[in-house]
Amino acid sequence: MQSLGVLGASTLDLLAFAPPGWGATLLRGLWNSVLIAVGAYGLGLGIGVAGAYGKLYGSPWVKDLLAIYTTLVRAVPELILILILYFAVTDAVNQMIMAFGGGRIEINGVVAGIAVLGVVQGAYSTEVLRGAILAVPAGQIEAARAMGMPAGLLARRITLPLMLSYAIPGLANLWLTVTKDTALLAVVGFAELTQATRQAASTTKAFFTFYAAAGVLYLILSIASTFLFSRAEKWARRGQRRTGD
Amino acid sequence: MLKAVLIPRRLVMIFIALGLLVLCFVYGRWDWLLVPKYQKLIATGVWNTVSLLIITMALGMAMAIPLGLAQAAGPWYLARPAQLFCGLIRGTPLLLQLFLLYYGVGSLFPGIPGIRESLFWPILRDAWYFAVFGLSLSVAGYEGEVMRGAFKGVPHGQLEAAKAMGMPRLTLFWRIWLPQALHRVLPTLGGETVLQMKATPLVAMITVTDIYAVSNRVRADTLIIYEPLLMLALVYLSITGCIVALFWWLERRIPTRTA
Repeated sequence: MQSLGVLGASTLDLLAFAPPGWGATLLRGLWNSVLIAVGAYGLGLGIGVAGAYGKLYGSPWVKDLLAIYTTLVRAVPELILILILYFAVTDAVNQMIMAFGGGRIEINGVVAGIAVLGVVQGAYSTEVLRGAILAVPAGQIEAARAMGMPAGLLARRITLPLMLSYAIPGLANLWLTVTKDTALLAVVGFAELTQATRQAASTTKAFFTFYAAAGVLYLILSIASTFLFSRAEKWARRGQRRTGD
Repeated sequence: MLKAVLIPRRLVMIFIALGLLVLCFVYGRWDWLLVPKYQKLIATGVWNTVSLLIITMALGMAMAIPLGLAQAAGPWYLARPAQLFCGLIRGTPLLLQLFLLYYGVGSLFPGIPGIRESLFWPILRDAWYFAVFGLSLSVAGYEGEVMRGAFKGVPHGQLEAAKAMGMPRLTLFWRIWLPQALHRVLPTLGGETVLQMKATPLVAMITVTDIYAVSNRVRADTLIIYEPLLMLALVYLSITGCIVALFWWLERRIPTRTA
């Protein structure tokens, strides 16, 4: 009967904000998750824009190398990529520091998480943005070229704003993926939400309560971001004719 | 096909890739691959990963079809719960779902009186069944959403024509609606199967011995960091290749009218 008590109201006290409650630990975990997700998403978008332009307008070498990058990253499980990149990145940084005569350092978990997930996200963003750029009516880009617009200005004023409405649904999916992928950093022991939950659950033995609570936190995050992205899509589509008008 | 590969630039790339592979092989430590104990473990791991993938895709799709249908054409009391289910599954990380099932729900079972003596106890204790259950629910959630779109995408005229011919509703579903929906969804399904394969290593976190768990075991035993991970990447790449080839073959079997 003892474990039936796990469901009871008594374990809800464990979610209290102040210790001995674990609420603050969970929220700190959530904050770390959001931080990494935002950083990785931003890094991924940067890689994505560069990658999409490289795939569309780059030299044959660039195109082939980018194809290898996107194919490999999308074919291997994120969990394994995280492990490989995490060890490789920490190793490489340490080797470099030691070469300059420094001692071994512990890489900051947030930075490593952002770097690793950013590289993974970059592969997916590249594909999403490439598709979106292709969806921009060719006449718009040709017209801008005919007016003698330089490439940088063309990208900033014509291609990127116009492709946004096509890219946002895919980018929204990627954002939801990256928020959930932060949970994978639990395997390298980083204190994001899932890892914090695991700690709290195994300390207090109230497994069900804590995992359910973390689930609610993730859900709130994803519902809020779905709402924000639908607002963003409406904004990006302003001035476009709606179908059926 | 071969012509596209035999460009000098690509030949250089292949050469570099082969060189890297040889370097990995010469300078890496691969002696553990020859130990019979690990060979057996690797075989078990690959088998578990592949069977987990096939079983959960089948079970998940079996649940996804009614879920998609309920959302596309069902009455509100079926559509809303289906939507809620898909939202719940898609809104939380799979790792957390597995933890919730195995540690959370699993920790509630022993409290039920008499359950230890019952027939189901070996199943309720085994992580494998939790993994199958959790991954199938995940497939059902994601694919339910995909099937919703597919059911809605079947041209209305097809269904009206069938109705006009006096086809009973069940026959209409099995002969017209479902086959056309599945046909539409086939390209998406290939990608989704790869995504599902990439989700399988998570079951190692709830103590199932898949290929990822095996590589972790090797790494812990031998203190080799990279080589087992490279083997893992190679295994997953080959499975991806098989999935892509399978769906390419499936798609080609169904004739499509191209304009």
